[in-house]
Amino acid sequence: MNAPLAPAEDLLKVRDLRKRFAVRGGIFSRTVDQVHAVDGVSFEIGKGETLGLVGESGCGKSTTGRCILRLIEPSSGEVWFQGNNVTRMGGDELQKLRRDMQIIFQDPYASLNPRLKVGAIIGEALTIHKLAPTQKAMEDRVVQLLETVGLQPDHMHRFPHEFSGGQRQRIGIARALAVEPKLIVCDEPVSALDVSIQAQVINLLEDLQEEFGLTYLFIAHDLSVVEHISTRVAVMYLGRVVEIAPSRELYDNPLHPYTEALLSAVPIPDPTVKRKRIMLQGDVPNPIRPPSGCHFHTRCPIARPDCAQRVPELRESKPGHWVSCHYSG
Amino acid sequence: MADTLLDIRGLKTWFKVEDGMVRAVDGVDLHIDRGETVGVVGESGCGKTVTARSVLKLIDMPPGRFEAGQILWQGRDLIPLDQGEMNKIRAREIAIIFQEPMTSLNPVYTVGDQIAEVIALHQKLSPKQAMAGAAEMLRLVNIPNPQKRVHDYPHQFSGGMRQRVMIAMALSCQPKLLIADEPTTALDVTIQAQILELMHEMKDKFGMAIMLITHAMGVVAETCQRVTVMYAGKVVEEAPVEALFADPRHPYTQGLIRSIPRIDRAVSRQARLESIQGTVPSLLNPPAGCRFAARCKYAMDICTQGIPPLKEVAPGHRVACVL
Repeated sequence: MNAPLAPAEDLLKVRDLRKRFAVRGGIFSRTVDQVHAVDGVSFEIGKGETLGLVGESGCGKSTTGRCILRLIEPSSGEVWFQGNNVTRMGGDELQKLRRDMQIIFQDPYASLNPRLKVGAIIGEALTIHKLAPTQKAMEDRVVQLLETVGLQPDHMHRFPHEFSGGQRQRIGIARALAVEPKLIVCDEPVSALDVSIQAQVINLLEDLQEEFGLTYLFIAHDLSVVEHISTRVAVMYLGRVVEIAPSRELYDNPLHPYTEALLSAVPIPDPTVKRKRIMLQGDVPNPIRPPSGCHFHTRCPIARPDCAQRVPELRESKPGHWVSCHYSG
Repeated sequence: MADTLLDIRGLKTWFKVEDGMVRAVDGVDLHIDRGETVGVVGESGCGKTVTARSVLKLIDMPPGRFEAGQILWQGRDLIPLDQGEMNKIRAREIAIIFQEPMTSLNPVYTVGDQIAEVIALHQKLSPKQAMAGAAEMLRLVNIPNPQKRVHDYPHQFSGGMRQRVMIAMALSCQPKLLIADEPTTALDVTIQAQILELMHEMKDKFGMAIMLITHAMGVVAETCQRVTVMYAGKVVEEAPVEALFADPRHPYTQGLIRSIPRIDRAVSRQARLESIQGTVPSLLNPPAGCRFAARCKYAMDICTQGIPPLKEVAPGHRVACVL
């Protein structure tokens, strides 16, 4: 399966997306500060593609995913889905849109209603979008979905607590698939699972993509998982995309110094491999007052004085490989 | 074996629950030599953390109880010791750091107070000297401005910094063995790299042995000399790290190694990940015979009849499988 470098048809386009959260304080709960969670993010996802979105905690990757679905209202910027501006949509339109865009959450324990049986959890979406005219049709569809994700038909009569983490994640996937979406935002879908179970769920996601022609936005902090599943990968740091490239290209020739450091920090499960590690100093700065200029300049091994002044643009260094750094690439 | 520090023999730590007995640790043998880093790996619920806590007797009893076995610390069995005697061993001889640096630090005391408490308790020093010692420990673990930071509270530190504080506290009495229970699981990769590097440095400085409990095979490959793989309360394989990764013998170890995607290899995308079917069995009523049999692709009749003992297949490489 060779991924096209420049996808013929963009399913999703994100333009200069920003999200600021207010920090309230004082006795009148006035807005005293703002967290720049997403700070001007642009990318597109081609039909049938998997775009990996990686970065460390607090870099804004989950907020980006949720802004796309408008589970969180973006502060500014545009999201285009199949030529329609998602950020301008009203109630009815938005509901129709959510049939095409679904999400799978990280924590399979918290994202399933503990009081509903599995059949009801999966069936809820069918009812909302009026996809099952009769009770019988609904049950048939639920059974079909359970089988698609590798569960048993009789599991529909059980409650979420009766399932293991991996099985619950399958239920979450079945729920997302119920409305036959085109795009699924996978928000850290395997981070809470053990490695042997993680592999099962990744394989399932890949099979489903092939079977239903799905497009994924795959958000994760585990770089090896992202490399495995993605056709292209975008790396985020403090609310901005610092590099975006076809998966293998990014891992073979990282251009941004942050990407390079991030990759070198991943432990390789092979004691015979000895690598030079680029150790980043310190922690990720506070997103309330992100560093001026390039956000990364405070930890960057190749930073020069003007990095603190000028914000680097994302530019195409070679075909399909974009990087936002003044001095690399 | 003159330089064996810790020698766990046939340890069984069980927990009594309403429905019966959970055999969390069910006959574990494990030894750690002086200055050695030993990895204990396995998935959630395999008993690795209970094994670690058993060594320091940090298990609530009841519901827990030592059903059988010995924990020999430099030849002396820890199981019969009372709390007073255990306190002489804790921190001074064996120290532990936990996965969650936020919940394992006391939020209402400054980190300086907490480290100084450990130092004062074990070394008969004045409060002032102990506080100076605390600052010195913070400096050792590369926390900037240690003189000032000793007066800060845990919430004023980031996750990586808190784990440094934990390490500083654990090493303040220069233990011979450091038990690290998933020390980097809650941290981002770049911070994980910093902490692993720090543990390495500290080991060189203090020469202690480390028992590293983790589920991440990558971390094991980069830090350990020997590895013990646990599954459902039992040791299934034990080997020097190179041998384990080059020639894993137990089907569970093989599955574990093959199910991780690797970024250093170009194959990925096309190849499917190898997964282990099914899930970990309940330890309440564990299956008879080999506990991995239900998920094992090589399972035969004989596997469900008796529990396979650990057999030596190469020097230092032992595996519990009939194959």
